[in-house]
Amino acid sequence: MSLAEFVLLPPKKMPKKMNNFNMVIAGVGGQGLITITQIIAEAAQAEGYEIRTSELHGLSQRGGSVETHVRFGGEVYSPLVGLGEADLVLSLEMQEALKVFSYSSKNTVFLVNKKYIPFENNLPEAEVEKKINELVKGEKHLIAASEICQKELNAEVVSGIYLLGYAVFNKLIPLKPESMLKGISEIVPQKYLELNKKAFELAKKNG
Amino acid sequence: MKKILLGNEAIVQGALEAGVQFVSTYPGTPSSEIGNVFSKIAKDNGVYFEFSTNEKVALEAAIGASFSGLKSLVAMKDFGLNVCSDSLIPFCYTGAKGPTVIVAGDDPSCWSSAQSEQNSRAFAYLAHIPILEPSDPAEAKEFTKLAFDVSDRFDLPIMLRTTTRVAHQRMPVEMGQMANGKNQMAVGEFIKDKKRFVTLPPRVLEMKAELLEKIEEVRNFTEKSKENKIIGKSKAKIGIITSGVSYLYVMEALKELKLDLPVLKLAFFYPLPEERIKGFIKNLKKVLIVEELEGFLEKEINVLAREANPKLQINGKNLLSEIGELNQIKVAFAIAHVAGKGYKIPKASPDIPKRFPRFCPGCPHTFVFNAVKKAAPEGTVFGGDIGCYMLAGMPAYNLQDYLFSMGSSIGIGHGIKKMTGQKVIAFIGDSTFFHAGIPALINTVFNKSNPLIIISDNRTTAMTGHQTNPGLGRTGMGEITPEIKIEDIVAACGVKNLKVIDPINQQELESTIQDFLNKDEVSVIVARRICIIAAKKNAKENE
Repeated sequence: MSLAEFVLLPPKKMPKKMNNFNMVIAGVGGQGLITITQIIAEAAQAEGYEIRTSELHGLSQRGGSVETHVRFGGEVYSPLVGLGEADLVLSLEMQEALKVFSYSSKNTVFLVNKKYIPFENNLPEAEVEKKINELVKGEKHLIAASEICQKELNAEVVSGIYLLGYAVFNKLIPLKPESMLKGISEIVPQKYLELNKKAFELAKKNG
Repeated sequence: MKKILLGNEAIVQGALEAGVQFVSTYPGTPSSEIGNVFSKIAKDNGVYFEFSTNEKVALEAAIGASFSGLKSLVAMKDFGLNVCSDSLIPFCYTGAKGPTVIVAGDDPSCWSSAQSEQNSRAFAYLAHIPILEPSDPAEAKEFTKLAFDVSDRFDLPIMLRTTTRVAHQRMPVEMGQMANGKNQMAVGEFIKDKKRFVTLPPRVLEMKAELLEKIEEVRNFTEKSKENKIIGKSKAKIGIITSGVSYLYVMEALKELKLDLPVLKLAFFYPLPEERIKGFIKNLKKVLIVEELEGFLEKEINVLAREANPKLQINGKNLLSEIGELNQIKVAFAIAHVAGKGYKIPKASPDIPKRFPRFCPGCPHTFVFNAVKKAAPEGTVFGGDIGCYMLAGMPAYNLQDYLFSMGSSIGIGHGIKKMTGQKVIAFIGDSTFFHAGIPALINTVFNKSNPLIIISDNRTTAMTGHQTNPGLGRTGMGEITPEIKIEDIVAACGVKNLKVIDPINQQELESTIQDFLNKDEVSVIVARRICIIAAKKNAKENE
């Protein structure tokens, strides 16, 4: 394998003066946040945007709180989303959505996996849900992606891809489904590609 | 053609485009992916690659390759510089023969670092090593090539200093031509030259003089370098000087504040283009220095301003903390303050309980700590070391009374055991034992100390992403090599109380801990069981 052998996407025209789209992805280490981050970046590149992402690696990620940042648009400098500046918060776990709350404003859309991963001294599930409903003033989607993926695909692991599909088909991310599918094909290993595409399409079917 | 690359992948790409021939590393976040990628692609790209035992050895191997005329790169995290500094400083005296780049990853905010929040720019003063600071993956690639070029021109090793937000940032990067032919590994030649490679007095003082002269030559080069640049054409009387990832925050903040201020972006932290800086500040009323951690740049500019513009109001660490990484919000606050504009800092998150990292289900370290928890008497002192097993310091284990640098669990444990009557258990992993534990173990035997050392051998360098190490019988390029057995080393150091135990055998482990804690001589348990994640990875690869 050589770096040059990777498939390269054709460069496209840059949209003029589009406002940057800022996204924070939250979850627990091991939920596949980096894969989702990479897929969105590839999709945004396919549509000709400037892109920057930020992520963390290492021990702190092992079962701990994780967040990645994705920014794309016409003129992007910082790889980090500023406090209060997220357009979309995608959280793969309910408590983690609260953890990244400060990136949101009243205009931020929350897309949250209705999945509760407990830890020592955590808030009870009902209280977390109540807090989300209380705090999030804007549009929110609490979706049982883990449960749906487990039931319909026997694979909870693709719940993030399901949510990505949900976000695209419901226009919560200003990127085309084809671009996202292209991103999935770029990033997901061949062996798991079909499963991931299925999860993505399942979100369309479920609407 | 552009491809989205992680900062570390961009460094690999830059090194390949520059024609790197030798690469060595010891893994450490945020630099680990450099080694991980080379480990996969080195062979196909005509590059020799190795995971070395520690950063000092990694640098020395690269020095050997450089002295043999080869283009070399060595990568490490910030603390690795401390480990290799004993050889780094003389390497600047001798200079590099084959161009050599040292990549060091700092971690402001300590996202993935215990022990300290290090600002490795300080090595510029200690070692007189030129330092380049890229701000993003595109620059990481270009600056890697520039570093090789500068190293080639001036026969000096060059440091490429990244930070977490550069190393772990992704963006599209223009892909260039690889310089090497495929599968053509270079063969160097060491041509004897005592005057050049032997650092003995009185010659070493001449070498220092030559080094300082070279640095002035590099400074002349940086004065002209287009990578030290002024952004925009603003004639405003307030200016900003910045470098590295801070530059991105400055540009983002200026956009948000709708301000047009001149920005001097420095690629070289050392040596600084002093005339360029003086020219930039000459007609300013105020300047803001935007840099993470300690204000080294600000101190330099304070000195330059004395001559160029004594009335200049210099801002920096009065507005931006020396602790923790920056972001556009902190920078916008500072810029707004200097520009006399209002700026509201956004609200913080609701206070919710923190989810700490935890041991993976089935992690072999947990078997070790479960047994220790049961077997060790009240008052036992527990020494931690660098690896996943640091998590033993958190609840519910609470088995970590001190934590320092690689290998220090044994060294410090010896000191405590020797000078108190208390029982001491030092924990250390396999890769960390090879890295820096062995001299400390020899010291405990030599000086008749008797801590209990538990070497948790999980058959991988787990924390940084499962790199190989000397105990695994496989090199960084995937070649078969003799497996170095930890118990053989321990026995050879003269340790008599030695047992290899699979920690899943809890009773045997507990009774051995109890037995060994009462010995008059040092004792060692090698708790050997493969990391649960590594085992899964191996199973997948063998599928």
